[in-house]
Amino acid sequence: MSNSAAPMIEMAAVSKWYSPQFQVLKDCTTSVDRGEVVVVCGPSGSGKSTLIKCVNALEPFQAGTIRVDGINLSDPGTNLPKLRARIGMVFQHFELFPHLKITENLCLAQEKVLGRSREEAMAKGKALLERVGLSEHAEKFPGQLSGGQQQRVAIARALAMDPIAMLFDEPTSALDPEMITEVLDVMVELAREGMTMMVVTHEMGFARKVAHRVVFMDRGEIIEDRSKDEFFGSPRSDRAQLFLSKILSH
Amino acid sequence: MNYNWNWGIFWELNPEGTGTYLDMLLMGLRWTLAAAALAAVIALVFGSIIGVIRTLPGRALVLAGDAWVEFFRNIPLLVQLFLWYFVLPELLPRAAGIWLKTLPNASFWTGAIGVGLFMSSRVAEQVKAGIRSLPRGQSMAGTALGLTTAQTYRYVLLPMAFRIILPPLTSELLNTVKNTSVALTIGLMELTARTRAMQEYSFQVFEAFTAATLIYLALNAALTFLMRRLERAVAVPGYVTGK
Amino acid sequence: MFQFDFDIILKTLPYLLKEGMVFTLTLTALAALGGLVLGTLLALMRLSTLPGIALFATGYVNLMRSLPLVLVIFWFYFLVPYIGQAILRTERPVEVGAFASALITFTLFEAAYFSEIMRAGIQSVPKGQLSAGYALGLSYRQVMSYVVVPQALRNMLPVILTQTIVLFQDTSLVYVISITDFLGAASKVAQRDGRLIEMYLFAALVYFLISFLASLLVRRLQARTAIIR
Repeated sequence: MSNSAAPMIEMAAVSKWYSPQFQVLKDCTTSVDRGEVVVVCGPSGSGKSTLIKCVNALEPFQAGTIRVDGINLSDPGTNLPKLRARIGMVFQHFELFPHLKITENLCLAQEKVLGRSREEAMAKGKALLERVGLSEHAEKFPGQLSGGQQQRVAIARALAMDPIAMLFDEPTSALDPEMITEVLDVMVELAREGMTMMVVTHEMGFARKVAHRVVFMDRGEIIEDRSKDEFFGSPRSDRAQLFLSKILSH
Repeated sequence: MNYNWNWGIFWELNPEGTGTYLDMLLMGLRWTLAAAALAAVIALVFGSIIGVIRTLPGRALVLAGDAWVEFFRNIPLLVQLFLWYFVLPELLPRAAGIWLKTLPNASFWTGAIGVGLFMSSRVAEQVKAGIRSLPRGQSMAGTALGLTTAQTYRYVLLPMAFRIILPPLTSELLNTVKNTSVALTIGLMELTARTRAMQEYSFQVFEAFTAATLIYLALNAALTFLMRRLERAVAVPGYVTGK
Repeated sequence: MFQFDFDIILKTLPYLLKEGMVFTLTLTALAALGGLVLGTLLALMRLSTLPGIALFATGYVNLMRSLPLVLVIFWFYFLVPYIGQAILRTERPVEVGAFASALITFTLFEAAYFSEIMRAGIQSVPKGQLSAGYALGLSYRQVMSYVVVPQALRNMLPVILTQTIVLFQDTSLVYVISITDFLGAASKVAQRDGRLIEMYLFAALVYFLISFLASLLVRRLQARTAIIR
């Protein structure tokens, strides 16, 4: 899957402490190639959300390096806003801006960060809204949409920036069960189009369907980092087996 | 800045013949404290009664409580003091009016009571909010135990409500102190008034105002400290209020 | 028994409104606006991670909130001419008009109170909103001005308006530096014509009606926004 260039996301020995006594990430090393879909899973509190937030420097880390598209995040010369603008991120709680209409949510960063004109931003936003099947809600406020609809708008908002990669931080875990599918469908389509994706999720069905690799984390450490088939075929660690048995039992 | 600083001014004699300028300011502080103390008691007593009344089921009582709060909250304090000081004596029967006008220290009594009533509307809001913030089960539990409404308030609701609203009451107490300065408009020679008088006698504007500022800051700090002590003294073990 | 003279009110009404109420309302509106802008800046400074800046803002806010407004009015009444002198490098203290002096005083004083409101408002915006803004590539300034502050303003609107009603009433304290605001105008007539009762009762009524109706509107607004959120 990976081409000759360097991986899109490269993490080497990343460690993070909340306090000297409390280490949330321990020597995490992994990478995401261009066009690759990597699912990160693990029990709650395992550090997977923290890890993905380190990728676009929303969370600071104290040791190790992260490179995105070859750019070192810790390099003081790195323009973080500019880099973040190129990485899409979808949050557990959607985080649409409640005081802005759906269209304004889609346009804000396009105009303010990319410097696009209102017309250009609007055209892009409308097209993406169409794509996630929410055109008729363009002029509504986030609070007037269901959770699933909000999350699809959030995906559209991230895509409007023409990202080189997408990060998903538990995109379905705040949703009612009947809304999970509509969001996963959008994500599956995205994956099949060849988008580079790093996805923190418990949705093992999604992982089986589109992931290339699965990273399993526990207590801040990456325990397994293997191809999908290997992972679901025979996870070696007891902790991964325990986790899978709990998740897959229902 | 062509201003002649003279920090020694506080130790010079004031033209009122009451000692130094410092003595003059401290005398003002005493009036501030006396007025604030009386106002605070009035605000607490009336505020508590009105606040409780507004949580009772009786519709007429609630309306009366609301009217009280709206009246005292929606007229500027300065105008209220003018009403009590200039207007009330004229509207009373002649004898009562004359008695009011010739009362010794009339500006003190009018000022302190006026500030107290003004603040009572704000205390009433806090008391009401405090009672409302308690779980409804509390008053039901009181009733279920056979307590009368008065007993439920006395033994169940108010003890917790007052503990909860102690922090906002502290800031209302500080507001009471600050508001006593408005009474200088009806002639109460409290701290701000004496500061102004000192400035007029001595022309040392900024020394006088700096001293008053420091005294108010110290007063604030002292009251805040005392109220925190009180909060800690009455805190209920295991019950965390607010954030 | 006392005879209430309505005529005096009718006769002086144009003066009371044109001279007095216009001053009071203009001062209230401009001081509220200026105080809100300055207060928001102070709130952002207080939440800043740079300790010097946060300390300065905290000190300013606490100082203002500890002093009686009457004292602050006196302070600025005497101080502003000297500040003007220092800024403009003039020979003598600058003469500042009554309105400008009052506006500067109330803006700087209210800023402290508005900053407390805005600080609470900014902290009421969930942290995820900031993350989402940053994730889209917005800078700190952009996140604050397009995402956080608008939401803080919206969440705090009822409190901001209530504070403005308090400010409206507080402007009456310019009486202590003999400025002709609404109360000042009423007071002038009262003393000139010996009609204290009529004028002060009328002033009280006008202040009451404006404040009461405004607070009813705020309560309505509050009820409506409470449902949307």
